[in-house]
Amino acid sequence: MADNPSVEAGLSAFTVTLIIRRFDPETMDEPVWKDYDVELYPTDRVLDALHKIKWEQDGSLTFRRSCAHGICGSDAMRINGRNRLACKTLIKDLDITQPIYVEAIKGLPLEKDLVVDMEPFFASYREIQPFLIADAKPKDGKERIQSVAQREIFDDTTKCILCAACTSSCPVFWTDGQYFGPAAIVNAHRFIFDSRDEAAKVRLDILNDKEGVWRCRTTFNCTEACPRGIQVTQAIAEVKNAILAGKPAIPAGV
Amino acid sequence: MSSQAARSGAATAGRIPAPKRPAGTLYRGREGMWSWVLHRITGTAIFFFLLVHILDTSLIRLDAAAYDAVIGTYKTPIMGLGELALVAAIGLHALNGLRVIAIDFTQWGVKHQRLMFWIAIALWVVLMLGFAPRHLMHVFGGE
Repeated sequence: MADNPSVEAGLSAFTVTLIIRRFDPETMDEPVWKDYDVELYPTDRVLDALHKIKWEQDGSLTFRRSCAHGICGSDAMRINGRNRLACKTLIKDLDITQPIYVEAIKGLPLEKDLVVDMEPFFASYREIQPFLIADAKPKDGKERIQSVAQREIFDDTTKCILCAACTSSCPVFWTDGQYFGPAAIVNAHRFIFDSRDEAAKVRLDILNDKEGVWRCRTTFNCTEACPRGIQVTQAIAEVKNAILAGKPAIPAGV
Repeated sequence: MSSQAARSGAATAGRIPAPKRPAGTLYRGREGMWSWVLHRITGTAIFFFLLVHILDTSLIRLDAAAYDAVIGTYKTPIMGLGELALVAAIGLHALNGLRVIAIDFTQWGVKHQRLMFWIAIALWVVLMLGFAPRHLMHVFGGE
């Protein structure tokens, strides 16, 4: 590629080995590890490596990606044993003296290669009612005004892109698929702590369940896996405390 | 050119084989995950100890001689090592339990959970260094 910024910067390519956990439900009973050698630049991402394999070596390699720039949340996968977005993981940040292990995220049904069935994940997300519930008319009939401090307390949890990196990094979720999982709780937090929303009580009731927030064992895998840097475990702790208090602690309005 | 060199270098260094098991790799969680694993293991172990402990202690209400006989069977080196493991498990579970409480109820705890894990481990090592030699002298040195 002539327009490759790595070439312009005078960087040279090197060979990287990727070991990918392949699975084809039509011909295999169990997944197998297959290795591929790819020429890459340090500025390439794991997603570029997957593209090179798919386009130049083995067209049957199956994975999801849409925007390829860390916004759509399609390409969460386990890279060297940790959940990461392939499109945000630079080759130079990995130890390339060793092969790079790439496999599907854990805890969701494996469909093919790096693709899992996301439906259980989205079912939990839908269950916490991830939309603004506000029946009362705004005071002056126009806007639902919110102070800076009120917006601030749920700012972190608005950043979620639903990639499932957190939920599928959670040891509790691996063994108990009924657990709502970090992502659903993060998105519940986004509305529970929104001063404009009127259904905090409903959402707290949903999460005050055997399979709700109390399943969280604070392993912090979710916080470390989140590609958006959301403090997931802290958000879950805040929901726990809101359930204990009976209502979320929202600052006074304007 | 340099890529060619890298390729031949990789070939001579010998290929690192793919994992044998088709299962996935072990998730590389950090302090939080491993503290949870330790908390689970020690918690389960302590549960089984308490189960037996309540049963043997309740014997004294039934028959003092039977109680003495049961407690007497515990005075062996193997049980002495078991006691060491028990104290180790309870110490770790207690110290990490304080960490978990701080995480659940304070923002400060969430922020410093990793540091608190290593503090808990350090305190545990200090406690065990104080306890283990004394205890082992009792077990193997005779009174």
